[in-house]
Amino acid sequence: MRVVEVPDTLDYRSVDRLLASVEAAEGDRALLDARHLRWVDPVGMIGLLGAARVLRDRSGALPRLQPPESSVVSGYLTRMGFFEAATDLMETPPIRRRGGGDSDVLLELTTIAENHDVHAVVDRVQERAGAILSRTLRYPPSAVIQFAVILSEVCQNILEHADAPGWVAAQSYNWSRRLGRHVLILAVGDLGRGFKGSLASRHSSRFGERWSDATALEAAFIHGLTRFPDQGRGQGIQQMRKQVRRWDGVIAVRSGTARIADVPDWEDLPPLETNLPPMPGAQITILLPERLPEEGR
Amino acid sequence: MEPHDPSPRLDAFTVDLRDVLDRNVASLYSHLVTRPTGRAVRLAIESQLRELGLPALSLVDLSSVAILDYSCADEVVAKLLLARRSPSAPHREVFFVFHGVREHHREPILEVLERHRLAAVTRAHDAGRDFELLGTVAPEEARIWARLQLLRRVPAPRIEEAFPDPTERLTLEGLAHRGLIFRHPTRGDLHALSSLL
Repeated sequence: MRVVEVPDTLDYRSVDRLLASVEAAEGDRALLDARHLRWVDPVGMIGLLGAARVLRDRSGALPRLQPPESSVVSGYLTRMGFFEAATDLMETPPIRRRGGGDSDVLLELTTIAENHDVHAVVDRVQERAGAILSRTLRYPPSAVIQFAVILSEVCQNILEHADAPGWVAAQSYNWSRRLGRHVLILAVGDLGRGFKGSLASRHSSRFGERWSDATALEAAFIHGLTRFPDQGRGQGIQQMRKQVRRWDGVIAVRSGTARIADVPDWEDLPPLETNLPPMPGAQITILLPERLPEEGR
Repeated sequence: MEPHDPSPRLDAFTVDLRDVLDRNVASLYSHLVTRPTGRAVRLAIESQLRELGLPALSLVDLSSVAILDYSCADEVVAKLLLARRSPSAPHREVFFVFHGVREHHREPILEVLERHRLAAVTRAHDAGRDFELLGTVAPEEARIWARLQLLRRVPAPRIEEAFPDPTERLTLEGLAHRGLIFRHPTRGDLHALSSLL
């Protein structure tokens, strides 16, 4: 059994390290060794599901997950619904399923497979998002609706482009050491055909040999191109970018071997990265920072 | 219609999007989000419009819509207006007023209108707010539309007096063609859509 080590921190910055390990692991059934996992965010969780899918498809057998030794991390994964989402992708030890009660989680790892799921997510997140956006992030009351619209658009991206189910999850964190502020992390990912696959039939010919994951991301992210001829399509990402920019946040789209991002001053992600370890489908990450007192309400 | 009756009899039809959503999509959906939901609502509205005599005025009421995303705005606002352009559209002579527009509806509506180079007559939800022309509108169109809005109705024989510049009258033609004002089909009187409600 091949061992794939899960980094001790699995977040939007380190998930590529996991994918690089997955790329290097060949052959037999894999063991995803997460014993030393100390920190995981929604992007990391969806990345771990993606890693398991690659390993499963490569070997034909479900990879086995060695769960975190930290009961805090395991408990968090349970509360986020990670083990339920992982059922078909990896073999996990028997873990107590999450209860139906309230938790401090903004949005648990939720499957998006059909239109109804988007409605359910928008309904569910409103009450919790209201408290987090206004009290924790100090956004104006109207931000709840704008956040719900972003959530709806980002989830629809899965349904319209992936041709495969996906997940959404959100959580706020206190980045006291790194940023001195709270940050809300929203992650949406799928294991579908990715942006390059989605746009290929309609747009690849105009790019010729330049057609790649990076050019596909630029086409969708910067130019609003979609696989649909309808002029009304392609607005979702553009409107998300606009709103996230107003909130001084980060929006990054990772697909295939590339990532493209709008990055504010406080973050140092490159605007475009290529030659990253391959990942199936696409992942959209949004980081929304707490508003500073001098920024007003 | 009586020869001296100043008010045209348009079939008036109010569409409460909350009702349409409940009856045609799914009662558990409380928001206008996702493209399939918007499409279902639009098709339901179009189906009801087929029952009307033409020309007709449709008041699309967004008062009870809490969340409207861009995909739904594209289906329910932009595509409804786009269909007026098609000669085969069942509602090419239907005039739309989008009523009960709240602050958070404005941005999705504005975005989809501008993307398709459309404009729409809207009325804000807040008390005291008046009618507004949203979308892609030239300054001259906005000026002429606002003047007719103040006048409410101009009988055909007085149009030249009210709009003495020929370019203004040309602009009126354009506004009527875009469904942003109403020209009586036989008398030629001009009406702000708000005067027909």
